Amino acid sequence: MDMFFQSLNIMDYVWCFVVGGLICVIGQILIDKTKITSARILVLFVTLGAILGGLGVYQYLVDFAGAGATVPITGFGYNLAKGAIKGVQEYGLLGAFIGGTRAAAGGISAAIFFGYIASLIAKPKMKKQ
Amino acid sequence: MEKIETNKQYQDYVDKKSPNSPILKNCFNAFWVGGLICTIGQLILDICAYRGLNEEVSGTITSIILIGISAFLTGLNLFNRIGKFAGAGSLIPITGFSNSIVSPAMEYKSEGYIMGVGAKMFTVAGPVLVFGISASILVGIVYLIFNTQSITLV
Repeated sequence: MDMFFQSLNIMDYVWCFVVGGLICVIGQILIDKTKITSARILVLFVTLGAILGGLGVYQYLVDFAGAGATVPITGFGYNLAKGAIKGVQEYGLLGAFIGGTRAAAGGISAAIFFGYIASLIAKPKMKKQ
Repeated sequence: MEKIETNKQYQDYVDKKSPNSPILKNCFNAFWVGGLICTIGQLILDICAYRGLNEEVSGTITSIILIGISAFLTGLNLFNRIGKFAGAGSLIPITGFSNSIVSPAMEYKSEGYIMGVGAKMFTVAGPVLVFGISASILVGIVYLIFNTQSITLV
């Protein structure tokens, strides 16, 4: 484990923290300054991530900030777009349809599965209002 | 004319009465909580890489772990508190996507498992998937068109 911590680059973590934080700040400013609902912000960010991913711009941010760029929902869009491009390279037109979802399959399935499990365990009256 | 006047007065009244959202404080909290979540992601990513997993698998594992943690915290009703404090700091990372699925799943349990849990789960996540996946398919098609004309799209 010591070897592992020695292998880490502190600057990677600094930029990860800063970039990830700044992406969230953009979202926060949109929430505070406009009347866009959080659902619309998520849609906006995921679409923006997919477009920037498709243009290859987002890749620079990912290379620079690692998880700081991939963990925010824009990274989800980037991942979809990257998967779609990879799919096209492998399967042509068919790949555009299977590549994106395949790249994001783990996350989507996990969220659905955990959501279902949580609903089984949850007591319906738990929500505080 | 008078109606507009009244509406304007009402708007001024609302603006005066509604508390000024402390945007600087909100942004600061969003910044450090969002940054921290990404840093946790980076740590998981590095652990995966250290164990010799490839980039794609590492990314998926990171997403699943963060989604799992967020689902767990949502189940314990702790995520709502973090969300109130951090705002976009917990909404924008993949944890917010997870919360947007898990939270309604729990909330609508009383409406049954099919049309309650099964359907309401996607109230927010549905649109995200619709636009995300549609955009990715368009990206793929555009890439295909440009690629066959041997113009590389970066």
